[in-house]
Amino acid sequence: MANSEARNAAAAYADFDTFPKHLRHHARIRAQRPAVRQKDRGIWRTWTWSQVEEIVLCLAHAFRKLGIERGDRIAIAGANRPKLYWSMTAAQALGAVPVPVYADAVAAELTAILENAGVKIAVVQDQEQVDKFLEINESLGCIQHILFDEKRGLSDYAQENLLDIDTLLDAARADFARDPDARAAILREIDAGTGSEISVMLYTSGTTGRSKGVMLSALGCVSAARDTAGFDNLSDRDEELAYLPLAWVGDHYMNYAQSYVAGFCMACPESPETAQQDLREIGPTFYFAPPRVFEGLLTRVMIRMEDAGAIKRWMFRHFIGVAKNWGEKILNRKSVPLLARAHYALGERLVYGPLKNVLGFSRIRVAYTAGEAIGGDLFAFYRSIGLNLKQLYGQTEAFLYVTCHKDGAVNVETVGPPAPNVTIRISDEGEVQFKSPGRFVSYYKDEARTAETVTPDGFVRTGDAGIFDAAGQLRIIDRAKDVGKLLNGGLLAPKFIENKLKFHSAIREAVVFGGGREYAAAMINIDLTAVGNWAERHNISYGSYQELAAHPGVYEMIQKNIESVNEALAREPMMADAQIKRFLILHKELDADDGELTRTQKVRRSFVAERYRPLVEGLYDGSAEADIATDVTFEDGRTGRVSARLRISGAKTVPPAAKERAA
Amino acid sequence: MSEPKSAPAEALLSLENISLSFGGLKAVSDVSFDIRKGEIRAIIGPNGAGKTSMLNCINGFYHPQQGRITFKGRTRKSMRPHEAARGGIARTFQNVALFKGMTTLDNIMTGRALRMKRGVLWQLLRAGPALREEIEHRRFCEEIIDFLEIEHIRKTPVGKLPYGLQKRVELGRALAMEPDLLLLDEPMAGMNLEEKQDMSRFILDVNRRDGTTIALIEHDMGVVMDISDRVVVLEYGRKIADGVPADVQGNQKVIDAYLGVPR
Repeated sequence: MANSEARNAAAAYADFDTFPKHLRHHARIRAQRPAVRQKDRGIWRTWTWSQVEEIVLCLAHAFRKLGIERGDRIAIAGANRPKLYWSMTAAQALGAVPVPVYADAVAAELTAILENAGVKIAVVQDQEQVDKFLEINESLGCIQHILFDEKRGLSDYAQENLLDIDTLLDAARADFARDPDARAAILREIDAGTGSEISVMLYTSGTTGRSKGVMLSALGCVSAARDTAGFDNLSDRDEELAYLPLAWVGDHYMNYAQSYVAGFCMACPESPETAQQDLREIGPTFYFAPPRVFEGLLTRVMIRMEDAGAIKRWMFRHFIGVAKNWGEKILNRKSVPLLARAHYALGERLVYGPLKNVLGFSRIRVAYTAGEAIGGDLFAFYRSIGLNLKQLYGQTEAFLYVTCHKDGAVNVETVGPPAPNVTIRISDEGEVQFKSPGRFVSYYKDEARTAETVTPDGFVRTGDAGIFDAAGQLRIIDRAKDVGKLLNGGLLAPKFIENKLKFHSAIREAVVFGGGREYAAAMINIDLTAVGNWAERHNISYGSYQELAAHPGVYEMIQKNIESVNEALAREPMMADAQIKRFLILHKELDADDGELTRTQKVRRSFVAERYRPLVEGLYDGSAEADIATDVTFEDGRTGRVSARLRISGAKTVPPAAKERAA
Repeated sequence: MSEPKSAPAEALLSLENISLSFGGLKAVSDVSFDIRKGEIRAIIGPNGAGKTSMLNCINGFYHPQQGRITFKGRTRKSMRPHEAARGGIARTFQNVALFKGMTTLDNIMTGRALRMKRGVLWQLLRAGPALREEIEHRRFCEEIIDFLEIEHIRKTPVGKLPYGLQKRVELGRALAMEPDLLLLDEPMAGMNLEEKQDMSRFILDVNRRDGTTIALIEHDMGVVMDISDRVVVLEYGRKIADGVPADVQGNQKVIDAYLGVPR
């Protein structure tokens, strides 16, 4: 039933090959349904599809008056604000290309991207972004106008090319009232748009070197979004909270593209800090978050449970145990004994339901995680309490989906079978390659690297090593180039081990080394929330992150964590050699501002290895301590130098045979 | 140095020959100065110089034994706290004085209490005019929350907040009174550089945007010299200097007071 409806809807969309055309469609058939919400001054405001259409048309008119033509690029920077999303649609209405950029990127990072993209106009959120763009434009000079959403703090700015979006909208409304043809002209522009035009340019996060501008075609975006909206039966009754960075493909896909294709409502949080509360208030039905968000939520729940009263602690432990046994089976609609079902239902009333409510997960039908591998226990926890959490594997170059779990066939070790209409093959080197409807057109102004990435027969190289399991589900092991060998020939998949380490709440980040070495070793970043709480309970006082990280008690705790990971590794025949022999705890958190993480918070392993070379040497030359001095960038942009002497500790490893002996 | 403000700026508040003592201890003796409409006026001085006592006289918390206070053209011997509040004087305290168990929003709403016209009974009913009134006040408070960028702690009990944020909430409550004169007692004490920058920005914005007159006590000389229009310096309860920041900075008496006099 739902499927045939979806097919009918798809047939009705056949002519809608761009997002502005979808917008007009929704404004016609669901004019009064909510399209966008935003919390402002403590109140949720709602715009219907017909209101959004009107605003987008006005914005497009304003852009046109500023000289935007087909093919021009418009930079978008800021948090998840409706006006920024609408600016993207307005740009697309004119056939111009929106280029969302990371709002927290520093000026130097942005300059390279904006120069590469050659943007003509920038639409930004607030004074902070305006300052940054003004600074960038001093050297760049190609940005003709900067449009801003929030005027606070900007009243003293005299720059003539600085424009308030609201003023432009008012002027456009006046134009439309005076001259009906002005509006019609924009509608003609929308009709003139075709699916082969570039819909958006998304810059890759630069895990491997310089960012590349991934050009995605309108039809590619629309078809990819439509395929997966059908796959998960998304409809205009769904609702979602848009809290991910605008520049990330995940946000553009889940919030922008799928909302346009399925016609559901997208809610924008009040501010990034309030996203968690806003999630609770909105109660989305469709949710997407990188593993670290789920991890952070679970850590917080666990910390609060530790502080809870004895009865609550007992209830939590007991019912989480019940959920572990039956939750997954109930979620997959397998047969479950009646008594267990009743026990689980009681747990739902007493523990899981209230817990999901606190997290804002009560109404979620489908939740996805991607970006990085997720810890098995973490994944199982959420599924066991009844959250339909699935994994997907995707790339900017594919417009996200390459594979995704089907309801009822979810396996944490894998990322699922190929998404609808996607073809995947594994190359001889073990690399995953795909072909999909959403496949990117090319990298902007970078034919050389496009040719490197796309094979002559049209497959995209992902750079990830993977294997298909017996059920036809893809399993990603690591970055193809990161998978290494120890000196004794044992396989070393650093990310695999790091993810296992990171499941321990005390460990926020881990970097594993060992390729071409005798054994595996790790650098650990402690989680300040979890370890700070632990320190408080143990009456350990500390003055700084550095002091806490160096505390012998913390070392002891981390060592235990590592040894439990070693035990787990010993049970996997392929990974048993890569147990961690030595480790150290870093004195500072790895930070994107220092280039140690990408903006999507992935570790840049080779950069870290280079930056902390003395420490890496220390891990392998047997010394008990190592000195390090590094430059750091503070939040306000100043730089300083931090030096420290770090202890290096050993961890027990388990012989692979231990399992048989124990059994 | 010319005055930054145009010449005929009228005095919002003037203090003449104020003397205050507690038993034998003279806290303030014979101090006179004025606060002009629309300016940021700093009161500085070493510890125990009588700065907070001065603020307490202005908002009627202390009653000076001698002297006269003229506020908005009306001269009195001393203020009473409720007169001061009704007259449009709001303040923050050196040691944050919020209702710790109440949320940020509720704390700020208390700043509107004086402006609520409906009686207790109406408010208990929470209907009709009382509800309309509450909505209006809530809207006003939400503007303040937006202005001070504290949306994320709207519903958090104030006692759980870090000090820097508590100071911000306290400023929010004072602003909720829509004061003509805002008294800030060490608004930046115990803050780090970033928090101080934020607070300075808020103070300047309040002054410029709403035209609110501000008198502040502050120890961070960098901040004082940057944001205030005029500075009065007290030492041991006496006024030793008064003028624009540049003049005060170069005043030998002030330098001596802060650095000590060589013997």
